[in-house]
Amino acid sequence: MSGFPILSVMILLPVAAAIAALFQSANGARWTALGTTLVLFVLGVLLWTNYEVGGPQWQFVEANATAFGRFGWNLGIDGIALLLIVLSVFLMPICILASWESIEKRVPEYMAAFLLMEALMIGVFSAQDLLLFYIFFEAGLIPMYLIIGIWGGADRIKASYKFFLYTLLGSVLMLIAMIYMIMDAGTTDIPTLMQFGFDPHVQTWLWLAFFASFAVKMPMWPVHTWLPDAHVQAPTAGSVILAGVLLKMGGYGFIRFSLPMFPEASADLAWVVWGLSMVAVVYTSLVALVQNDMKKLIAYSSVAHMAFVTIGLFTFNRQGIEGALVVMLAHGLVSAALFLCVGVIYDRLHTREINRYGGLANNMPYYALFFLFFTMASVGLPGTANFVGEFLALVGAYEANSWVAFVATTGIILGAAYMLWLYARVAYGTSKNADAAAMPDLNKREWAMLAPIAAATLWMGVYPESFLAPMRADVGVLLARVAPAAPDGDAQLKAGKPKAETKADEAHGATPSNEAHH
Amino acid sequence: MFDTASLSLSAPELLLTAGGIVLMLVAAWAGDASTRFITWVSAVLLVIAGVLACGASGVAYDGLYKADAFGAFAKVLVYAVAIVCLLIAPRWFERQDRLRAEYPVLLVFAVAGMGIMVSATNLLTLYVGLEMQSLAAYVLASFMRTDERSAEAGLKYFVLGSLASGILLYGISLLYGFSGTTDYTGIAAALKDGLSMGELFGIVFVLSGLAFKVSAVPFHMWTPDVYEGAPTPVTAFFASAPKVAAMAMLVRLAITGMGTATKDWQQIIIFMALASIIIGAIGAIGQSNIKRLLAYSSINNVGFALVGLAAGTEAGVASVMSYLAIYVVMTIGSFLCVLQMRDESGAPVETISSLSGLSQTRKGLAAAIAIFMFSLAGIPPLFGFWAKYLVFDAAVNAGLFPLAAFGIAASVIGAYYYLRIIKTMYFDEPAAPYAKSESALETGLIAVSAALIVLGYGLIPVLGNASAAAAKALF
Repeated sequence: MSGFPILSVMILLPVAAAIAALFQSANGARWTALGTTLVLFVLGVLLWTNYEVGGPQWQFVEANATAFGRFGWNLGIDGIALLLIVLSVFLMPICILASWESIEKRVPEYMAAFLLMEALMIGVFSAQDLLLFYIFFEAGLIPMYLIIGIWGGADRIKASYKFFLYTLLGSVLMLIAMIYMIMDAGTTDIPTLMQFGFDPHVQTWLWLAFFASFAVKMPMWPVHTWLPDAHVQAPTAGSVILAGVLLKMGGYGFIRFSLPMFPEASADLAWVVWGLSMVAVVYTSLVALVQNDMKKLIAYSSVAHMAFVTIGLFTFNRQGIEGALVVMLAHGLVSAALFLCVGVIYDRLHTREINRYGGLANNMPYYALFFLFFTMASVGLPGTANFVGEFLALVGAYEANSWVAFVATTGIILGAAYMLWLYARVAYGTSKNADAAAMPDLNKREWAMLAPIAAATLWMGVYPESFLAPMRADVGVLLARVAPAAPDGDAQLKAGKPKAETKADEAHGATPSNEAHH
Repeated sequence: MFDTASLSLSAPELLLTAGGIVLMLVAAWAGDASTRFITWVSAVLLVIAGVLACGASGVAYDGLYKADAFGAFAKVLVYAVAIVCLLIAPRWFERQDRLRAEYPVLLVFAVAGMGIMVSATNLLTLYVGLEMQSLAAYVLASFMRTDERSAEAGLKYFVLGSLASGILLYGISLLYGFSGTTDYTGIAAALKDGLSMGELFGIVFVLSGLAFKVSAVPFHMWTPDVYEGAPTPVTAFFASAPKVAAMAMLVRLAITGMGTATKDWQQIIIFMALASIIIGAIGAIGQSNIKRLLAYSSINNVGFALVGLAAGTEAGVASVMSYLAIYVVMTIGSFLCVLQMRDESGAPVETISSLSGLSQTRKGLAAAIAIFMFSLAGIPPLFGFWAKYLVFDAAVNAGLFPLAAFGIAASVIGAYYYLRIIKTMYFDEPAAPYAKSESALETGLIAVSAALIVLGYGLIPVLGNASAAAAKALF
């Protein structure tokens, strides 16, 4: 693979395809988009198989530091970026399939917007230059604004404005912080900046500026209010990509910028993140409980799940950070799948109101099966991806602050409540409406959308090592970087002393952190 | 007998003045039938003047005038804009039955004045250049003299412009009275050891007069009215060339003439920058006329350019020059698109609501407008982002953190109204379609400017070097 600029190809190919799609017929654009996204998926798989676990920190590096005078076309990925890129290219063909029939007007523009979005997402995760990252990060607003505004629901215009302006306001402050960092460190190179020691006093301001951007993107309470609107109004595939990948940019930002570049400030301000996350877990879960609109419910559940990510990232220990990363990937799969499930029945009945459905298990058994699986995954059933991530994140949280872990765990209970109740109302009981009862089961296209995600969710749940392995070394580097600043946890964990003469029943206290969650 | 060295240094202005006079005679005898001929000759004159401006370097007329890289940068920009404004005009005026041979001649005179403005190193040269440009501009604003709005625009521009000139002159007289010279370097030397009350007042008055010319808040009131009333090709010209010239003139005066009192004028510029960004953004929100909206947009953009000047550093000056270059492309592009807004009968339409659903009737035009609007809003990857980045970079490097933070946060307000245009074009149902484009020239110019905005990042090294050389000439 060496020498082949695979990352540049993965960024430029969808751009070229987007331009080509604009000049095609509706069907031509659909096939162009599907073909391109599948090629990118293959390239993503190649990326993964050629990634050398335990190799250099940055791989597939393409350095062209003077391409734009003041900044460069510097690309390269570590294990964390690798998996997020794989997630993006995995979800993209599914998005195209989800829009195959439901999008009827202005198809070429729609497909072009999605292809552009894909290029920008890959760009965000592979940029190694601060300004290049910012450009990709911000440029994503344009296609998403158009996707929500043109192909969205009835209230799409307000949602598109809210999405755009909220995110922009958060990001511009980050730009000022970036300018300061470039001035201070004299470089735009992200790996160098990750090792650069900024003055702790300045770090606080820089951290806050970055926080403004990533907290909105994540989104964290109380700046999450754009998300329910955007999700509800966006077309199905728009919601999928929003929940699946765009929200992950916030978490990626924390792990790539906030933590390694401002370790002291991160440690000082971890309580802010924890506090907001704790509120988010409980509050948005309660809000989700009372929603009548399926998409809105899942949107609020996203906010709650992303709070696990922020809690995990700011635990400053391995379990927490790895758990947060797994939650990011798992949520990317499961919430995407749940939005697809909503999309499937929305395409048939054109309503997202929970009360209009009921008893779908009778007439749509396969659909009910998939929906059940993803509901269980969202709840965090062992054997699914979410369990691995949330469990690790909570273990890490307990180690850092047991109260945070306590509050966060209630979120899991509430999560079970709203998801199971949603499922019961939609799939169980008897059919309330004749039109809902007459809906046909999944067709082949919908199988092709849902089955791969289900398989991936199971894979990640049963054998998370495949996903943890590429990230392990990078989390280690991050931990080494933040270790000097990391705050002491309130649970002073110590390995117990197994005594040879004691019976097995007395040895169970060896690892207190496990005990806390039984 | 002749100071040939000085004459050759000011060759671009001499050429344009002499050429303008000859063309005026041609216009007087040959009549309006010669308009297109005069237009093309004017364009050629501007190209030659641009070439002449590039090489020249040195002080002329005993320090009244200076040819340097800074002046050359501004002049080339102004000439390029003027050529575009010349070429797009005949078709528009012909449709209104107002094709007159004076238009290109007036434009050439205005541009000659701008050349003097950007090269002036003496307050009196500055004033002469400014008035030469302004007088031509007043006539251009009321060029559609039978049209009420155009006549009103010309009158307003003239009355308020004269007032601003008066303020400026008063400031000049104060500076002269208290420093004993009108020469930039002389003033800089006089300001070195603290400001006297008279000098401070002089600076305030001079900056106020110049703020009017660049339409910075709080001297911006005339802008929307004049832009709305003036014929569209003239508005395109007003929004670009005089802005560049006046801004370059302000930069040269502030840096070389008042560089020793930077701390004193810096606060004024900071205030004007923030006020322009905010008022320019808020004022645009309620507008229903696209030309008024672009007028507020130009006020907003002047605010951003002033952020670079507020830094007062070499990098700051370079960022202002880069900003102007990028801004001019976006503005000319936007106005070229406004020229395309004609109803079926060919009459110009200016309401924003008529853009409704344009993405379905005229895909290319809608895409071009969207590119310009996103770029004006400063959204990457479009080139407008780079312009904003540079000025904020200069401000942060000069330690002006609050200015940078407030300025960039206020740019989000501006994004709102640019988004509104895109919303109208892309999200709303189609309104009555526009007439088809009938000019390959205009379509081509739109395509070129849109391409520059999208692919501009490749030009960063070139632009960066040129603006750095321009800035270096002042320090």
